[in-house]
Amino acid sequence: MSDTTPGDPNAPALPEAEGPAVGRDEWVARHGERRLTRGGRLGEMEDRLRAVPWWAFLILFLAVASLMPAVEASGYVRRVGFDTAIYMLLALGLNVVVGWGGLLDLGYIAFFGIGAYAYAIFDSDKFGIHLPTIVAIPAITILGAVIGLLVGLPSRRLSGDYLAIVTLFFLELFETVMLNGNQIFGHNITGGANGILNVDPLSFFGHTLVTQHQGIFAVSYYYVALAVFAVVFVALRFANLSRIGRSWRSIREDPLAAEVMGMPINWLKLTAFATGAGVAALTGTIETSLTGSVFPLNFSPTVLITIYAMVILGGSGSQAGVVLGAILVNVLLQVLENPDQARVLFYLMIVVGVLATFRFTRRLAVLAVETIVLGFVIHAIVSAVHPSWATEGHNGFSGLMSHWVLVPENLTPWVGQVAYGVLIASVLGITLLRGWARVIALPPVLYLAAFVWENLMIPNPGPTRYIVLGLLLIVLMIARPNGLLGERRVEIV
Amino acid sequence: MDLPLLELKGVSLAFGGLQVVSGLDLHVDEGEIVSVIGPNGAGKTTLFNLITGIYKPDEGDITFDGSSIVGLQPHQITQRGIARTFQTLRLFLNMTVRDNVMAAAYGHTHAGLFRAMLRTPSMRREEREIRELAERRLAFFGDRLMGYRWDQPAYSLSYANRRRLEIARATATSPRILLLDEPAAGMNPAETHEITELIGKLRTDGGYTILVIEHDMHVVEGISDRVVALDHGVKIAEGAFAEVATDPLVVEAYLGLGTTGTK
Repeated sequence: MSDTTPGDPNAPALPEAEGPAVGRDEWVARHGERRLTRGGRLGEMEDRLRAVPWWAFLILFLAVASLMPAVEASGYVRRVGFDTAIYMLLALGLNVVVGWGGLLDLGYIAFFGIGAYAYAIFDSDKFGIHLPTIVAIPAITILGAVIGLLVGLPSRRLSGDYLAIVTLFFLELFETVMLNGNQIFGHNITGGANGILNVDPLSFFGHTLVTQHQGIFAVSYYYVALAVFAVVFVALRFANLSRIGRSWRSIREDPLAAEVMGMPINWLKLTAFATGAGVAALTGTIETSLTGSVFPLNFSPTVLITIYAMVILGGSGSQAGVVLGAILVNVLLQVLENPDQARVLFYLMIVVGVLATFRFTRRLAVLAVETIVLGFVIHAIVSAVHPSWATEGHNGFSGLMSHWVLVPENLTPWVGQVAYGVLIASVLGITLLRGWARVIALPPVLYLAAFVWENLMIPNPGPTRYIVLGLLLIVLMIARPNGLLGERRVEIV
Repeated sequence: MDLPLLELKGVSLAFGGLQVVSGLDLHVDEGEIVSVIGPNGAGKTTLFNLITGIYKPDEGDITFDGSSIVGLQPHQITQRGIARTFQTLRLFLNMTVRDNVMAAAYGHTHAGLFRAMLRTPSMRREEREIRELAERRLAFFGDRLMGYRWDQPAYSLSYANRRRLEIARATATSPRILLLDEPAAGMNPAETHEITELIGKLRTDGGYTILVIEHDMHVVEGISDRVVALDHGVKIAEGAFAEVATDPLVVEAYLGLGTTGTK
């Protein structure tokens, strides 16, 4: 062993220790030689990507997002872009409460509603109040945060399941009050189930931003949402990189240790809760200024669960992760509304899933051949016996598929329902099989899945969207329990 | 300097019918290293929980630097200058080593949420100071917690390094007295020896007064100015190590009565 240790040129230089150096640790001093890094091109790329600061990614993302309307002229796609930006904002706010604060807040969407209703009340013909946007938006953001603080006060000592129950109750309370808000002491405040209509669009210094140009979504709102997103992203980033952010994360990790290290945890929990509520309220104002109306049912638990799905899928605690989650989930939900796109996505998922499971092996070849042959055989037999059970389309991908999978002209409803039940049972059953038995048993199940998809799920896009989203979440949580961009988390003692 | 830095007078605590600490008197003078020994369940960790405000005493008073700290929240007590480590390590495992130490500077720093969001110059200056403080505290342990380890999550540390990080984190609260709960537990003989040296250096170089719970009698002998022995929440002996170690009550508490031995 030579005395000179070949140092790692990339390792940060050790600063001079000011205190006494008790014991020199050779193992640590020579870490550079042992550190496992990915080699070759990939490792080099990974190292370089890590060196890029976060704001560079943000600027790149904003640049790409701002160019989207230039490339895509359809009002529909631009509107989806706006909705995605709204979801990104909501996910960022929830990330403060759940990802950093570790507080399970199921009332989050109520604050979105509070922002929306507050904007509708202070900026519409309902009471003839028309606050300028420049006043209304900051005021409502603060209002949301203050209400968040007040809701948090009685529950500041709660955590985990108990906090979840109390906040969920708050969401229900909010919905009930808004639904019956047309008779609060004889006054019509919220318009009840009819909501509030004709809400003002945004206006800056007397210049009103119209929401539509000749019936098409006005792209200026997309840019407003994107600008607000950028500001919120940076503000929250800075908050996270401060003593407040560190204390939020400390509370998530170990509340007792945080308290004993000098952090007033009850107050800090409240600030995390209120910050999330403020972001949600801010988002509510922008959403309402575009849609021009609010209804109580816009703030249902479904929206809440969608936003949770975004945060979990993207990686709770990672800002970039939850933004990615918001984009993926919202785009996925949009794609699943269109039967043709949904069909492509479904079969793609199956192919990718099978490929990921079997890789390029002999089993894969057997499986593929068996599945394809099985389909055509069933199709041939059925169309010979009962032609109306095997209709054939002619155009596009769906036409192609209908030569393989059975699509009866008039499917008796109970057949579809039974097939769905059998499918779930057989999917569960197949998880018990191993090796070749699984390869043999899989094709009928895949065929059944295709049958159910074509006959039951495609005609009902509403529930199908959420079923597919749920399946995707389950698969992802098995593959990456911390979400796409989430840091690895451990809970060991 | 007649007043002790930390003083407990007649402190009692019961969990239901179980008297955990009864009528305990204890004092720690500025600059002293006092060890608390006693068999498992003697109430040593409970004593720490009483001092740091996690439990409130049923009776008695605890004063720190002349004023009572009974009834204060744990974080207020820490801000007065009492810091502790945990016997069952309670690090912020999913935060980096440096963030663990930086987080503990909360009590003596000031920038709030708005200043953080706007990143004002005063906030940035304070942030730099916190970072330097954390790096100095980590440097106290030689190479052990240095270099690339700063940016690694705390869960990646070995057991001994986690113990060191706990001490580093406690010192970042800028305490006057450190309460160390079994700092040498689970360490090998070399590391135990190192911890013994380190505790001495925490006093000489760090300027901390130290109250330590320890089972390893070599450590206790090596560091203590004074030893306090507890059994069933009662102080059974106090004094220099040699006296306490040979005290018949202490021997009995550890080994049982010779006459009614269970051989």
